[in-house]
Amino acid sequence: MKNKFLRFGLVAAGAIFASLAFPMTAQAGETNYTYVYDYWEDVQECPDTYTVARTFTYLDLGLEKNFKNPESLYVHGNKLYVCDTGNNRIVIFERVSTDEFKFIEEITSIKGSKINELNAPADIAIGDDGSIFIADRGNSRIVKVDSEYNYLMEFVKPVDSAIPDDLIFNPDKIVCDTAGRVYCSASGINKGLVKYEADGEFSGFVGATPVAYNITDYLWKKFASQEQRAQMESFVPTEYDNVFIDKDGFIYACAGGQKEEDLDAETVDAVRKLNMLGSDILVRNGDYPVYGDLYWSGGGGITGPSYFKDVTVFDNDIFVCLDQNRGRLFGYDDQGRLIYAFGGNGNMDGYFRKPVSLEHMDYDLLVLDQLDCAITLFIPTEVGNLIYTAMDQFDHGQYDEAQASWEQVKALNGNYSLAYIGIGRSLLRKEQYKDAMEYFEVKYDDENYSRAFAQYRKVWVKNNIGWIVAVILALFLIPLGIGKVKQIRHEIDIADIFKV
Amino acid sequence: MFKALTKKETYIRYLKSLKFSLYCMTHPLDGFWDLTHEKRGTYAAANTILFITLLTRILKLRYTSFLFLTVYWEDINIFLYIASILFPLALWVVGNWGLTTLFDGKGRLGQVYMATCYGMAPYPIIQIPLMIVSNFVTIEEGQFYSVLSVISLVYCAFLIITAMGQIHDFGFGKNILFTIASLFAMLVMVFILMIFFSMISQGVAYFISIGRELMFRI
Repeated sequence: MKNKFLRFGLVAAGAIFASLAFPMTAQAGETNYTYVYDYWEDVQECPDTYTVARTFTYLDLGLEKNFKNPESLYVHGNKLYVCDTGNNRIVIFERVSTDEFKFIEEITSIKGSKINELNAPADIAIGDDGSIFIADRGNSRIVKVDSEYNYLMEFVKPVDSAIPDDLIFNPDKIVCDTAGRVYCSASGINKGLVKYEADGEFSGFVGATPVAYNITDYLWKKFASQEQRAQMESFVPTEYDNVFIDKDGFIYACAGGQKEEDLDAETVDAVRKLNMLGSDILVRNGDYPVYGDLYWSGGGGITGPSYFKDVTVFDNDIFVCLDQNRGRLFGYDDQGRLIYAFGGNGNMDGYFRKPVSLEHMDYDLLVLDQLDCAITLFIPTEVGNLIYTAMDQFDHGQYDEAQASWEQVKALNGNYSLAYIGIGRSLLRKEQYKDAMEYFEVKYDDENYSRAFAQYRKVWVKNNIGWIVAVILALFLIPLGIGKVKQIRHEIDIADIFKV
Repeated sequence: MFKALTKKETYIRYLKSLKFSLYCMTHPLDGFWDLTHEKRGTYAAANTILFITLLTRILKLRYTSFLFLTVYWEDINIFLYIASILFPLALWVVGNWGLTTLFDGKGRLGQVYMATCYGMAPYPIIQIPLMIVSNFVTIEEGQFYSVLSVISLVYCAFLIITAMGQIHDFGFGKNILFTIASLFAMLVMVFILMIFFSMISQGVAYFISIGRELMFRI
């Protein structure tokens, strides 16, 4: 006995010693240019999904004067609008080939208004009828002009008890919907987006971010005196950094300046999809939340979570977010699963110093860097295109083609979870349940696996119902029969008539 | 000692004592009293139950459906994994015996070990079928998995606590009190072991650095 306990002790001691001597050292290190996170939230390096076609400075774009603090890009058709805020102008380019933009004109003033000169235009939006909305921030107004820049109407500071009288109205980002309503994110207004009806009337706030607070802070406030309370951090919702309206009229709004602990507790969202009522309907079916990088440790002096500065949405509901903190772009599919992340801080092509705005033309991405005063044009690579093709094909019900595309993605990137799940989903639609299950199991997709397995089991039971019934009957009848035989034998043995 | 292995009675007694663990599961008070006071349990059976429990825990990693248990294989160290049961078990046995023996506990160190191992019997008995069934259900039907899994652990804990009361001949209140006290004893032992090993490793590091220094100089 003594010996046994000694051995226990040694094992135990060994266990403690091992854990002291070799602490777990699994940490996410420096990453590749393009990467995704897998089921285990490990960084999986990827072949690049996007490559820089060209970086445009003002000279490449045919301008005489450099940009000064440009704040926003806007794409309409194949036209690119750059809000050159510091120079009080909006510059318009037309895309003539893959990596060529032609200068068309610049807007510095409008016609027929009281104040015609634009002052620090921050954003632009174009309605279905061709009318142009300009967030004329220096003049505290959003001005609506026709395609010849003739003044139509203006949207001014909303009259509401929630807005202080001395607050200067600074419209930063605007979008307009098909009906001509305007949604505006203005600095200093944290009740949500300011919504104007088509006739220019302020009609309320939309999609205020929920206020995040924790219970201890709340209790402290309850017992604190007036002066103490004034010194405490107040619970205020975050302002939206940027807005984008997709083809269906849903507003994607990102609020980058969220606190680490709130993101960690998932009480706030870095990006939201607002419907008409202002509620968030973004699908978040991924293995981790939609907030960019999962690891926030400092690399190159940068700490904290990703700061989503802008968001853009493709026609197939894939959305890309721009992280100003680390100069990265994060693509998510319509289920909120990360497709790719790439970029970084730096001076090379494809790296940024202070990216502020993101737009797309088809699947090409345009990023405006405020410090570099440059626009970077990204075009999808072979893998990038294949991923988009596969997703589109699946959405259109072309399951054979989608499977083939995903197979190609898998051949190019064997670590890519979405490829396996994509193949599995195609197989599931084609009713090849057993194969689908294998693909889902490899990438731990439990919900799809369960879906495939339920079907597989149903078919299996249908095919083998005869055997199942036979086995169940046998399980009941054989012991019953044996018991009966034994009983008869026993009765024969003790029966009187056989006694001699 | 090896002579006994050739005798048939040894095996009959072994199997009988192993089967007795089932009786202990259904009749804990009666069963655990007889386990030591009537000498119906054997160390061989206790070791077997412990071995099967460890085996179940390891097999679970591989053969439970991934719907209920996903395993990050890169981080699995099988020896640490086994130690994660054996180490608390050793602490529990030593801690419990060390305390109860000062307060009129009738059980000896070996008996505490034996009764604790017998108390683990529900774990393999519930977990092995659960492991097999988990491969034939979907995630929506999987609620029962977590429920049964918890039941198996609660059952084990209940049996072990009851067993301690019976082998030490303690009443209910005293038993609960000493269960809690044993848990504290475990914590204290962990603390002392931590200090002990960090001291040892620092001491070793000291002599290693002296050795290095000498080698650099000479």
